[in-house]
Amino acid sequence: MYSYSEFDHAFIKERNKQFRAQVERRIDGSLTEDEFKPLRLMNGLYLQLHAYMLRVAIPYGTLNSGQMRQLALIAEKFDKGYGHFTTRQNIQFNWPKLRDVPDILDALAEVEMHAIQTSGNCVRNVTADHFAGAAADEIADPRPTAELLRQWSTDHPEFAFLGRKFKIAVTGSETDRAVTKAHDIGLRMVRNDAGEAGYEVIVGGGLGRTPMIGKVLRDFLPVEDLLPYVESILQIYNRLGRRDNKYKARIKITVHENGIETIRDLVEERFTIQRAAFGGYDQKLFAEIKKAFAAPAFISASIDGFLDAQNKDGAFRSWVDTNLSAHREADYSIVTISIKAHGQTPGDASADQMRVLADIAEEFGHNELRISHEQNVILPHVHKSHLPAIYARLKEAGLATANIGLISDIIACPGMDYCALATARSIPVAQQIATRFDELKLEHDIGALKIKISGCINACGHHHVGHIGILGLDRAGVENYQITLGGDGTETATIGERAGPGFAYDEIVPAIERLIYAYLDIRESEEETFLQTYRRVGLEPFKLALYPEQQIAAE
Amino acid sequence: MAKKFTPKVLTANDLLSGDVIYWNENGDWVEAFEDALYLDTEKLAFHVLRLAQKQALEIVGPYLADAELGADDKPQPSHFREDFRATGPSNYHHGKQAELA
Repeated sequence: MYSYSEFDHAFIKERNKQFRAQVERRIDGSLTEDEFKPLRLMNGLYLQLHAYMLRVAIPYGTLNSGQMRQLALIAEKFDKGYGHFTTRQNIQFNWPKLRDVPDILDALAEVEMHAIQTSGNCVRNVTADHFAGAAADEIADPRPTAELLRQWSTDHPEFAFLGRKFKIAVTGSETDRAVTKAHDIGLRMVRNDAGEAGYEVIVGGGLGRTPMIGKVLRDFLPVEDLLPYVESILQIYNRLGRRDNKYKARIKITVHENGIETIRDLVEERFTIQRAAFGGYDQKLFAEIKKAFAAPAFISASIDGFLDAQNKDGAFRSWVDTNLSAHREADYSIVTISIKAHGQTPGDASADQMRVLADIAEEFGHNELRISHEQNVILPHVHKSHLPAIYARLKEAGLATANIGLISDIIACPGMDYCALATARSIPVAQQIATRFDELKLEHDIGALKIKISGCINACGHHHVGHIGILGLDRAGVENYQITLGGDGTETATIGERAGPGFAYDEIVPAIERLIYAYLDIRESEEETFLQTYRRVGLEPFKLALYPEQQIAAE
Repeated sequence: MAKKFTPKVLTANDLLSGDVIYWNENGDWVEAFEDALYLDTEKLAFHVLRLAQKQALEIVGPYLADAELGADDKPQPSHFREDFRATGPSNYHHGKQAELA
């Protein structure tokens, strides 16, 4: 993976020094909160419901063991012993004290991490497919692209004060595991007719109060044109994007109001100028970056022990069935470690668990870890012979839950338990759904199902693209939960459809249960997933299950 | 028509710790909602808010939060958001529920 250059180290050191002085000036009264707030936000420090919150960037979700151990240390020394992995592949610490934050940033810098551009109207942490460099279906590793974009966008003076925040996601395969169609810019690696790899450029996607699926701006962009093209998009957005209304300031509205054709014409026109201006330095840099992401030295060994364990141990077999994905090397697997034990907070890992993850990655996983937007941790490169040992270690640490892609593998934003913007809680709803379906022992029978929960319309929990989406609102001073159905965050991205009136806090879990029983009843076979069934039969049968009183009234 | 005034307490976050704090009858910042000064007139509520804004160096983001009187005649939150702020998160025994216990 990428290592900081001397320039990177010096830049972070300088920024941390500046922030330390800014904190001191706030504490001694030289800066007011109005003056200090934009400075702390530029360094990822928010003030939330109960305390400060520090959001640390994990570029494209890639971490090494040393970095994970440092996060564990920070969690223990400066927080309450845990961290929260987010849907933007970041980690958030929920309880830092203001005086400690400069020390935390210095601790992060020691392992080449920071919290810059995790807030504010700038280009945020570039996210990527969490199976990058490992997936069997990959055209090319998306991380060099993401790293190039990271370097280009960090402290870019032209884009430090955009109309609104700007999120870019990259996926290296045609299968979209990075929700590229719900980003300001989504880049999806594709091949053209000549077999060359390039990007499908998607623009204007986003969730939030006005959810929109991104539109294709360019079917095929040659790899070498990436930066001038993306810069052209940002320039057009910077010029046309609205600044009169915060809620209409994202590029999705710019695209919607001006039309994709107009945006395309303007971007292409600008691109001819930008392309000539770039002069090839970006490609030299890109070549260097690519070297840093060379595949690890894969090993070869017998996998008999793995096959044997699979035959003998039912629990191990179940974990293998749900938590492994196909690796590009036949004897390797991608392991998704569930950070969603039934009843636990989605995405929360304790310092001890982080250390276990770091140790396993170091010992068995070529020292690499990934954070997925689904709030799980990935070991991207695991030789199958190591799987039984890894499983045993995970089990001991409470990390061996076999539920990836199932009903309890829920995305949930922090909601009103932590977030100052939230209108209702999300975490306890996720905990209760997971616990309930674990009790019913129905999880594996239900099969592939994505529930996503947000505690306000800003949609950090991606509810619009959940097969079942849950949105928590404040209705006349009471928590109320709206259900959307049929959402999809992959290459067939779809915004879910609202099912009807919302449910009270104590009614939401029973409502989900009725939905699931309706699905089990309606599906044509065990192989037909919830989403497939929904697409076949539509909203009506699910509506009847959700609102049985209406059915009685109609009879 | 202007919205009818409902009773309030003055709240903010502590600059250094980030903790939720409330303004009491002595003009000090305290940790518990029930120890806050119950502001039952609009004039008084905005008066203390202005005072707090002037001393905003030690605190962050003062505002007036809806309150009502409980059975013990002590102020309590009248909206669930303030209830969470006064208690702590529901997934861990952290925050005020642990510190004030």
